Formats: sequence, C-alpha cells, structure tokens
Amino acid sequence: MFSNKLCKELALSATLLAPVALHSQAVMVDTSVQAPTIAITGGKLLTITHGVIENGTIILSGGKITAIGPARTAIPKGAQVVDARGMTVYPGLIDSETQLGLVEVESDQVNSDLVEPSDEIFPNMHVYDAFHAETERIPIGRFNGITNAIVAPRSSDTLPGQDSLIQLAGRDRDQMILNRDIALALNFGNEPKRSGRGGEGGGGNAGGPKFPTTRMGEITQMRQALIDAQEYMRNRADSASKPTDSGKAKTPGTKFDLRQEALLPYLRGEKPVVVGVYEGHDVEAIMAMANEFHLKVILNHVNRAQGIYDKIAAYHVPVIVGPIYDLPEAGERYDAVYSVPAELAKRGVKIALASYSLEFNRNLPYAAGYAVAFGLPYEEALKAITLNPAEIWGVADKLGSLDVGKTANVVIADGDPLEVRTSVKQVYIQGIPIPMVTRQTRLRDEYTPVAK
Amino acid sequence: MTFTKAALLGTVALAASSLQPALSQAPADLVLRNATVMTVTHGTIDHGSVWVHNGKIAGVGVTVSAPAGATIIDATGKFITPGIVDPHSHSALGNDVNEATSPVTPSMMMIDAFDNRDRALYFALAGGVTTELLLHGSANMIGGQNVSIKNRFGRSRDEMRFVGAPRTIKFASGENPKRVYGSRNQLPSTRMGNFEVMRQAFEDAKVYKAEWDGYNAKHDATTKVPHRDLKLEALAEVLSGKLLVEIHCYRADEFLTEEAIAHEYGYKIRAFHHALEMYKVGGKIAADGTGIATFADWYGFKDEAWDAIPWNAVLSMREGVRVALKSDSNDHIRRLNQEAGKMIHYGGATEEEALRMITLNAAWIMGVEDKVGSLDVGKDGDLVIWNVNPLSTYARAEKVFIDGDLYFDSSLPGYGTTHFQGVMHGGGFGGSDDEESGN
Repeated sequence: MFSNKLCKELALSATLLAPVALHSQAVMVDTSVQAPTIAITGGKLLTITHGVIENGTIILSGGKITAIGPARTAIPKGAQVVDARGMTVYPGLIDSETQLGLVEVESDQVNSDLVEPSDEIFPNMHVYDAFHAETERIPIGRFNGITNAIVAPRSSDTLPGQDSLIQLAGRDRDQMILNRDIALALNFGNEPKRSGRGGEGGGGNAGGPKFPTTRMGEITQMRQALIDAQEYMRNRADSASKPTDSGKAKTPGTKFDLRQEALLPYLRGEKPVVVGVYEGHDVEAIMAMANEFHLKVILNHVNRAQGIYDKIAAYHVPVIVGPIYDLPEAGERYDAVYSVPAELAKRGVKIALASYSLEFNRNLPYAAGYAVAFGLPYEEALKAITLNPAEIWGVADKLGSLDVGKTANVVIADGDPLEVRTSVKQVYIQGIPIPMVTRQTRLRDEYTPVAK
Repeated sequence: MTFTKAALLGTVALAASSLQPALSQAPADLVLRNATVMTVTHGTIDHGSVWVHNGKIAGVGVTVSAPAGATIIDATGKFITPGIVDPHSHSALGNDVNEATSPVTPSMMMIDAFDNRDRALYFALAGGVTTELLLHGSANMIGGQNVSIKNRFGRSRDEMRFVGAPRTIKFASGENPKRVYGSRNQLPSTRMGNFEVMRQAFEDAKVYKAEWDGYNAKHDATTKVPHRDLKLEALAEVLSGKLLVEIHCYRADEFLTEEAIAHEYGYKIRAFHHALEMYKVGGKIAADGTGIATFADWYGFKDEAWDAIPWNAVLSMREGVRVALKSDSNDHIRRLNQEAGKMIHYGGATEEEALRMITLNAAWIMGVEDKVGSLDVGKDGDLVIWNVNPLSTYARAEKVFIDGDLYFDSSLPGYGTTHFQGVMHGGGFGGSDDEESGN
C-alpha cells in the first residue's frame, strides 16, 4: 500500500514547490519555475524502452530525467527523496485525441469551440486560438496520469482545422501548448456529411442539406481544395521568383491566403495529416486520395475496418485506434472492435490509443488495458499510450519513456497503470510535483462526512 | 476449461462445440467447481463450487453435495460471480424510449417497444449482464412503466420477461423535461414548472382513486361504474404503492423536493437514478430508504452533471444509501464490472462492496433482490465465469448462465451464443438519453 512516508513527502513537496494559483478555477501550475531535484526510489519502473526495473531509482532535475537505474543509482546531494516502495512509476500518458479546452460543458453552446461549422474546408482554423487553459477538465485528466494530449477539432467536417499538442500543466496556455499546429485533421465517411438533419454536424449540419452530402462530395471537395492549394503554392513561388515590375499589380491568385497557406506544410509532407475514417472501404477510398497528394498520413479510428487489416499494415502508416468501445454492427461478434488494436499490432502496425473525449479523457489507460484483455500484448498496450504516440507526434526525444534527457513527466501509482483499481498518487510534469487537486477532489473534501 | 460428466470425471473431455446442442437445455444439475466464488453476501470462497438444481442455486461452498450425474464444469483458476444486474438501460427499445408528447405519460408500457432480437442484448450478455431494467426515457416528469428482463437472449419475447419482478415506473426531473417542453414553449420549461406538473397529476389521481375506492368499497348493480382512465389509473397505483418509483434526478435540491412530494402524496421512492449529487445529501436520503443507481465516473456532460464526482457512489454508501451502478448506455453495459472496479480506486470500496453495486443492490433497485444478485441457495442460477477477477480491467466474461442454462460461451465460434440463431437487429436509441438527442 501507499506508504505514509510518501504521503507526507508528496504533500510537503506539493505545498512547498508547486506554485499554485488558487484564485483561478482550475489548479494552474507554473511550469516555468526551476524544477527541483527529486529522487524517486524503491519503485517498480516501467521504462517502456528498456524494460522494467524493480526497486529502481529515477532522478528528476531541472525538469528532465537525469538518471534512471537500479537501487544503487547515485542520488544527488540535496535531492528530495520520494519513497516509492510498493509503487509503480511510469512515464506520463499521452492521449492522442481529445477536445480538452474547447468546451467545458458540452450542452453550453455559447462556450463551445469544438469546431467552426460555417464551412467544411477550414484548414486555417487553429484550436490553439480557442484553447481554454483554465478548463477544470485538465486537472481531472492528469489526476489519472495523463500528462500530454492532442487537442483536435470535432470531426464533423472534412477539414476542420489543425491540432495542437499540449501538456496538462501550466500557468497559462503558452506554457501548456507545446506545438501549436502539430497536424491537420481530415475526416471522411458518414460524419462530415452535411445532410441538414442536425445532429453531430451541429451548426454546419443544420438548416437543410449543403454540399457535401455524400462521400463523393466530400472527396471531390477535398481534392479541389488540395489542388487549389498546389496551384497557389506554384503561383506564390512564381511570383516570388520573378522580378516585380514596380507599379504593376501582382498576378491575380497570389494574394496571401490563410486557407491555402495552412495546407502548404501538409502538401509538402512536412507535417502529418490525421485521417479520421472508420469503415474499411472508406479507408481505401481516402488513402487513394492521400496518396495522390503524397500526404504524410496518420490513420485514425479504423475500428470498423476489420476486413482490411493486412492492407492497413501495407500502408506503413501509424494508426490511432478506436474508440475500442464503439459497438460492433449487428451480425458481428461482440469483440469485433475490442480486438482491433491487437489485430493491427500483430501485423506490425504502430498503434496509439486515444480517449476521443472530454469526459473520459482520464480513462485512457483503461482502454489500453481492455485491449490487453482482447489480445494486445501488455507491453504494446503501454506503448500505445506512451512511446508510440510520442513517436507518431514527433516528440519521442522528449516524451513517452523513462529515459535520461527526456522531459520529467512521471507518474507514481499504487499499481498497474492499466488497471481500473489503481490509484495515481503523484504526477510530475516538467519535473514539478503537481498538486493532486481537482474541482472534484475539492467537492469530495467539502462534503466528506467528518469522522464521527 | 473442460466439460465433463461427473460419472466420467477425468476420462472424457468433450469439445465445446459438440456440447452446444446438449447445453441448449439446462441440465437438471450443474456444478461449477474449483473457482474463486464471489458470493456478494457471504464472502469470497477460494476453490469453491456452485451447484444449480433445476435452475436455482442449490449449494455454494468449498464442496457441494450435487448428485452423481451432474454436469460439471471445472473452473480452476477462474472467478464466479452472480450475473450482473443493470438497473438502468434503454436497450432493445428501438427508437421508442420517450413518448415525449406530454410530461405525464404513466400508462406507457415499455414492454410494447421491447425488441428481443436487438444486438444490444447480446453485447450486454457477453459482458455478463443477466438482468436488466429497461426504462422509459427522461423527457417526461412521469414517464412510463419499465420492463424487467432476464437476458435469455435467443428466447422469445415472453420468455425474456422477468417473471415475478414487481412493476416499476420511471419519473424524471431537472433539465430534460424542462428542455423538451420548454423548447416548444410548453409547460414545463422550468424546475418550478416540472414539479407543479407533477403535483397536479397527483391531485388528479387522488380524486380518481377516491372515486374508485368508493366504488370498490360499496356498489350494487345500479351504481354507475366510474370512468376508467389508463393515465390516472397508473398514477393511482403509484399512490397505493403498487409501482416502484424510479426517478431520474441529478441535483441535491431535487432529491429533497422529490422526497417532499412523495411524503406529501404518500408514496415511496425506490431509487434516484443518475443521482450524481447524492454525496451532498446522502444522510437525509438514506433516512427515507431510497436507493440510488448512479454512474461510476461520468461527469460534466450537462450542467446538472457538473458537480458529479467519481467518489459519489462510495461516499453515498458510507452515508447509508443503498448504491447501485448502472449503465444507461449500450456501451457501458458491456463492462459494468470495470465500473465497479473503479469504486476501489475512487473511495476504497472493498471488492464485495464494489461487486454488490452491480449485483445485489442493483437487484434491490428493481425489487428482485430475493431472486437474483447474490450466490445464495434458492436464488436463480444466474452465474458468470470470468477469466480473472471481474473487478479488473482485464476481466472478460467467459461463460454466462441464466437459470443454470448456458447462454453465452466466448470459446464458441461465431457469436458465442447458445440459444440465439438468425439475424440480430441493429437497434435504435443507443444509450443515455442525456447524451443522445432522442428526448
């Protein structure tokens, strides 16, 4: 069980070391301060990259992991020692799709910034412009060991905007947002259709049908947008290379256009496009388009693509899988979706898991655990919420494992991270001990009956 | 795991598939043996056995005195629990969850919408769920009469009904009724309107009941028979305690108002459903004997769920409230065992306390706690064999028995069902009427 000593030390460290802005709604932790030197000793270290170290020691200093090894690992003078005997220590978890910070309570339309629905093609929408750092949901997510997440616009449009990578701690959004435009979201299939029947499409799907209402429409519209952007790229390059005749207007079509500009890094293959698609036939259709434009693809969802596992493997692209909790179709076996991560991993596909959620962001590790129950090897499941997403998002030099030099995003829990019965005891983000306080713990403590 | 006949113990191990026809009829005597048996009422038995005779539990213990010839299933290394009970589901009701044309519709009978071939029943079965309460939605202050089922998937509609279960009725409160009718500029559009609609309904029911009570007490051939009104008749049955009252309700203030109205009109509230703020007033509600069917960790999907905390269930339990967990979802119904496991994380429930929330307490919410929900002699032979501790993330239901009859076996090819054949229906309304736009 959790030792009293650790309790005291963690409480102490939280009080002394974490600068907490108590006046704000959520607990805001200033990550710009000099992080302390902390030695976590005696725990079971899940390194991800080099196995499990029983009774190991990990040193966090200046916001980075500076040493990791067996019990004999040297502890720097002046380090604060955290006794983690009986505990499991692992890298902070990475959730590869959330809507954190884009809305607080979903029924509150006025404050919902999930997606800009006025047009289908909006690559120049940046979630960082809406990201609300003070959301109460971020402390709730990190309470269960989530330290990093992708924030993506809602998937009700084909090209709804660009994703950001955040860490779940910071004094403000500038400290929290690690990469403002990390990827372009692209969605295909039923959901982005503008049928006009309301529902998931929200504003864009209300008030009668609008183009596109079919898959043909979606792909045609996206191809046209990408072709236009290619043309724009050529025109801009032409006008830049030609000497300008002073007094003459520039060639039409070379005006700086935010929408076109937004697509350029993706057309150049510099950044990944997250291709959200569920059905097997839809995967094939959209991959044909992606290949036509040489997009750097991360497949997303594919949880209804049981018929084409081998083909997905042959694309040699990483896949964010899920939600694994989507219901199978009538006629499918009960585990047809639970087993998708295992089937892809078995074929050598690099997979990540995501919560796809605001509310259930904190349950990300349980999805990984349930994938294990349906055949995913345990180590692969851990990787799917740590190292694999770090690699997929291009931040494996900083995140995703317990290795020297990486950011000190570290979790201490009283058991297996994928197990629902496990409680996280302490989270470090950039080496700073995060107060384990959320709006929910405050309510709990306010109403907990005093011992009678 | 192997199936053997006791008489041939150790000598014949039948392939599971060859047993399928034989097992489509429940054996007179079934013994599951050498498992970790979680009884819910009297602890956990290591290397225990459960004996089911003619569909009812006949013995639970380290040894059981089953007759020679009993069908024996060796469950070494496995865990056995009672079948999971979900006291709040809208599965298998097509798109007919809410008759949202009036805030008072107590004569709606959910059995009329029940589709026994809905795939949601199968998925729930594969998650170990053997008993469900299928409820009217929450659009109306007074909704309809729910249907209690045993998940005998593959049997006829009638055979899936839970014989002997009491009648229950769904009430609602808060955001949903006021949104549904308020958006049409009808009464109710506020919480004041909500409760006033309810009081008026019971005032009308009192008059109706008095008229009928008078008639029943004394009449002859010349007495005029009072008009029979299905709506008022159902409400009168609430007043006379013939229906268990199940109320969709989130906020602490509304629990108190609902109890006050119940006291005023003389009925009892069996349970608040959702009940996400019960931790604020648990002591008061415990005194009324009202239970709750709550979510493990849902929060913030609407304003009245903003103060939800995942410690609600355990804190309320510690205050004396009878607490069940429920799904309200075709997704979560498949892993209520994990939802129970979370109660160890959030609040330090014991394994038995956690398991009770999805078995015996859930059965109590439905009024069937004398028939299902624990491994006690005389109760229905509803059993689940799990690969590991059912409160773990890694738990899968391997075999599910109802009345001693095998309904699901994950080792079988195809669906793994033993009674269902043919085509499942896709189903309609998927889950929580708080998250769907159905109401």
